[in-house]
Amino acid sequence: MSDVEEAITRAHHDEWARVVASLTRRFGDLDIAEEAAAEAFATAVERWPADGVPPNPGAWLTTTANRKAIDRIRRENKRDDKHREARMTYDVPIEPVGAIDDDRLRLLFTCCHPALAVEARVALTLRMVGGLTVPEIARAFLVQGTTMERRITRAKAKIKAARIPYRMPSADDLPARVSGVLAVLFLVYNEGYLASGPDTDPVRHDLTTEAIRLTRLIRALLPQDGEVAGLLALMLLTEARRTARISVNGELVALDEQDRGAWDVELIAEGHRLVRERLAAAAAGVAPGRYQILAAINAVHTSARDIRDTDWSQVLALYDQLVRLDPSPIIALNRAIAVAELDGPEVALAIVDRLTEALAGYHAYHATRADLLRRLGQSRQARAAYDRAIELAGNTGETAYLTRRRDQLR
Amino acid sequence: MRYLVSVIDDKSNPGSTDRQPAISAFNERLIAEGYWVFAGGLADTDAATVIDNRGEQAVFSDGPFVESKEYLAGVWVWEAPDLDVALKLAAEASKVCDRKLEVRPFL
Repeated sequence: MSDVEEAITRAHHDEWARVVASLTRRFGDLDIAEEAAAEAFATAVERWPADGVPPNPGAWLTTTANRKAIDRIRRENKRDDKHREARMTYDVPIEPVGAIDDDRLRLLFTCCHPALAVEARVALTLRMVGGLTVPEIARAFLVQGTTMERRITRAKAKIKAARIPYRMPSADDLPARVSGVLAVLFLVYNEGYLASGPDTDPVRHDLTTEAIRLTRLIRALLPQDGEVAGLLALMLLTEARRTARISVNGELVALDEQDRGAWDVELIAEGHRLVRERLAAAAAGVAPGRYQILAAINAVHTSARDIRDTDWSQVLALYDQLVRLDPSPIIALNRAIAVAELDGPEVALAIVDRLTEALAGYHAYHATRADLLRRLGQSRQARAAYDRAIELAGNTGETAYLTRRRDQLR
Repeated sequence: MRYLVSVIDDKSNPGSTDRQPAISAFNERLIAEGYWVFAGGLADTDAATVIDNRGEQAVFSDGPFVESKEYLAGVWVWEAPDLDVALKLAAEASKVCDRKLEVRPFL
């Protein structure tokens, strides 16, 4: 990649959200902001190789995008005078700039607004804040480009028609709204981490990388928020294991079989720093949320030299804490895996069997049961459970792993 | 911005019938805080008549335009600066009238 291309890629990463956010504020219209930002970057691609990279790429892009937006509004004005009045008099009062007041945050909160459908929140966030193109997002979620285009267009139309505001939520709404943003980012990460679809790579690095980048952004904007730190740590500690988690044949490698030497020590160190920061806050009396607890569980795993070295009682204690916060059957299932290590597979199986009704359609339930039955030497039942897990698993790496495990049964 | 707030009731699982005093108190507050434009409860869908005069002659038919378990039991019209304000009020209103609500902007 040439220096100019690199500068453009970097500018796209660093400045896209900022440009879209500041234009949205100025013109009060996501459509105009998105289109003008895209045009500004296209102009950069055209001009920078000849003119050189400007000293302040962000300012150049913002100015260029502003000009593009005004051009578009002028063009439209010729067609429709009433439109002009609406657009040009849209004057957002400038609110006092607080510590966590950033246009990009407003943009995130708007894109993740609870009045939008979840899939629309995800798509809009990746487009407006992440700067991914519509075809990229469509590919990531295995839908047609036109379907994704419609989804995004519809969401933007609703924001406009229903007047979903472009501003920081009020203080009492903030925790719920932040957790809404985090849920969207976690969804993006998970779709990358356990990509679904029969012809899909088992891990979609474009999505995991983007989710981490956006979580870093919100971490920079909300450095005091414990759950933001927790989610970032959780993603980093998961990401650190990504190369060890998939074999050369594209098969999922379970935690006990992973080559721990292949884990990314830098990501682990960063994740551990964040977890320690949250542990200090917890010691000072701040109750941790679910992402912080999940991150702490991952910190225990990434601190162990091998599976036997894992502090399972610590893992179980953390799951107990998590169950109190979120009594969902999926958490109970994961807790049972720690119970198996401490009290044996028989005790764990009894717990898992109690979850049948809630989790009968969930592949991980059958995979966990299969593994416990295998350890108990109940091959026939283990085989049936593997069969069901394979049927339900949507991830190619997982299917390959489960198939091998089943075929190894005697 | 004006929003139509539809009150949705369910014939097989209706909301409680003793909400009127609470609704009146809530309406007083809407008026005092400047959100109130209009409010009204509706008679049962059995009392509805559909009129179609797009053809040569007006046709009247008895009953609602669509038969469904869920039906419109009443409406509010609110004036609110944005959807966040409207949704916050709607969350309270849903509790007050013990029914589901739909918030929809006017054009």
